[in-house]
Amino acid sequence: MSENMKPVPLPRRFFTPTVIILSIIAAVGLLFVLARLIFGIGAVTNLSNEFPWGIWIGIDVAAGVALAAGGFTTAALGHIMHKEEYHLITRPALLTAMLGYTFVAISVAIDLGRYYYIWHPLIMWNGNSALFEVGMCVMIYLTVLYIEFLPIVTERFIGRVNLPGFLSRFNVPLDRLLRALDRGLDKTMFIFIIAGVVLSCLHQSSLGTLMIIAGPKMHPLWQTPILPLLFLLSAMAVGFPMVIFESYLTSKSFGLKPETNIMSNLGNMVAPLLGIYLSFKLGDMVIRQTFVYLTEFNTASVMFVIEIVIGVIVPLRLFMSPQIHKSPLGLTIAAFLVIFGVFLNRMNNFIVAYNPPYVFQNYFPSIGEISVTAGFIALEILLFRAFVMIFPIVSVPQPTVTKAKFSIRSV
Amino acid sequence: MLNESRRKFLKTSALIGAGITGLSTKTVKAGPKYVLDENRMGVLVDTTVCIGCRKCEWACKTAHHLPTPPLESYDDRSVFEKMRRPDAHALTVVNEYEPKETEQFLINVKVQCMHCDRPACVSACIVGAFSKEENGSVIWDGDKCIGCRYCMVACPFQIPSFEFEKAWHPEIKKCDFCFTRTKEGKLPACVEICPMEVLTYGTRKSLIERAHQKISLYPERYINHVFGEFEVGGTSWLYLASKDFSELQFPKLGTNPAPGVSEAIQHGIFAYFVPPVALYALLGGVMWINKKKAESNKNKEVHHE
Repeated sequence: MSENMKPVPLPRRFFTPTVIILSIIAAVGLLFVLARLIFGIGAVTNLSNEFPWGIWIGIDVAAGVALAAGGFTTAALGHIMHKEEYHLITRPALLTAMLGYTFVAISVAIDLGRYYYIWHPLIMWNGNSALFEVGMCVMIYLTVLYIEFLPIVTERFIGRVNLPGFLSRFNVPLDRLLRALDRGLDKTMFIFIIAGVVLSCLHQSSLGTLMIIAGPKMHPLWQTPILPLLFLLSAMAVGFPMVIFESYLTSKSFGLKPETNIMSNLGNMVAPLLGIYLSFKLGDMVIRQTFVYLTEFNTASVMFVIEIVIGVIVPLRLFMSPQIHKSPLGLTIAAFLVIFGVFLNRMNNFIVAYNPPYVFQNYFPSIGEISVTAGFIALEILLFRAFVMIFPIVSVPQPTVTKAKFSIRSV
Repeated sequence: MLNESRRKFLKTSALIGAGITGLSTKTVKAGPKYVLDENRMGVLVDTTVCIGCRKCEWACKTAHHLPTPPLESYDDRSVFEKMRRPDAHALTVVNEYEPKETEQFLINVKVQCMHCDRPACVSACIVGAFSKEENGSVIWDGDKCIGCRYCMVACPFQIPSFEFEKAWHPEIKKCDFCFTRTKEGKLPACVEICPMEVLTYGTRKSLIERAHQKISLYPERYINHVFGEFEVGGTSWLYLASKDFSELQFPKLGTNPAPGVSEAIQHGIFAYFVPPVALYALLGGVMWINKKKAESNKNKEVHHE
């Protein structure tokens, strides 16, 4: 089946009505980013001394990192477990991870009071800080993701370098450089693939360690010493649903047939992963006896129940049903619920659960904060579309298998 | 300072060296030991004496070159109507609370950084911009700070504040225990100005002794609790009060140091890079085995054909 599937650039008209709407959302977001740079964080956000972190950290960074987990879970499945049938989803997953982490880094930068000092952690180390660990891992992993993406660039441009005007004299050296890169990467890629999985496991869990130091400021429903484990397990559980969701949207958007087989196979792996996460989450609740807080009716308890029931239990049941596996739409809905659950979990951990001792005004994100978050998500989708159109990312059936001029590595 | 830099040196060299040489898991779990000076200083705040003149607020602003209203304006007691918190414009504030039934004077409580013995901000800071100094003060290094505000998330007393209104070079502001003044041999500005001798500056050890002495001498005046003696592993600033500290809006905290759990997990996951390296090796092994398997399968297929 995978023999006649080959990743190719998908040339389409870039602007569609959806794309235009997304572009407007992205433009508004960028305007607010500009406002933040000119007038400061206080002018654009509702952050205060009581609530130093808002949705730029809770959603853009924490949820962004979790939802980019498709990159390392498919890398582990396709390359480390060496399941060749999954090779055609590794590229879209890699692209999502690469774009996702890029925007995580940008979001961190605009949230930093002194964004121009973002390089400080590279030379100023604090091994005790969970944030230092997250920062270093994300920086290194982002580099690894770019390296993993390089073969796609070389594949696209080797023998096709055609710079306009006076730049054309660089055509030959550039082509040589690409070929050299291609040869070097071919032999060393496994180093980066394993490193990517290790780095992901490290910072996905350390992201959970972040809020532990907040101690009693955090609602007991979420505050637990096993937060790093819960973060890692939920990241693993959300990786494949993210790939399923994306694969479906891409196929709809580009008018391709959905990869029902692969989607269903991936779906089979979601239930056990989600089950393990749920058992740890509920086990932790029973051991720490935090279920007493569920009898109170407040934002925290309601959000917790939504997160668990709609975000974990319902999709778990869906992924266990054989009928769902036959329908791409059913799988996509189930996958979306898992994504929603993990998204909500990260938001709950970083925002809803955060209850400082002295509160003058409760935090709710400002228009500016929401616009930036929405703008970045829109920008990510637009870039994904552009990349899929320019680079060989999405695999489509090939009528006749032509011998490729250059061996195509499965990355 | 010597202790501090030696600790940093030991920690860094241990982190680098141990990854290669490999250490037993027992030493790894303990993490780097926090070295505290025996004679670190502190302040004992006797809230039963404070009259709420707020001269400490004025002195603090003056000493830290913050915009300071004239001293006369501090006679205005209407500010006590609302609870206030230290922020970027005032590193210390005084609040007022209802007295015990048997008393007639209102209770005034000065709030500022507690200068923890095991500070969460020092542990949390991504670039190590905070440090616990030999004299007990917890100070912030403006050259390192990147403005991530994780210190504010971490602080159990909700003390560090951030200049949200500044677009360029915002600072984290908090009481620095008058680090520059005390280095010159002067008293902290608030301690120096206090007309009621609410604030006593001395070594933390002697202050704890003095606090317990006061409690045993006047058991009807004080409750038997020195806030800060054990809270979050002990703080340099210590409080005496006539009624329960929770009624004076002190946070309810345990005796475990605030960064304890987080550091234990952090060093557990890392343990001098042993777990990540082991995971790397394991995944590499799995990858190699699976690749061999796939290749031999392919060869078999070729044979069948």
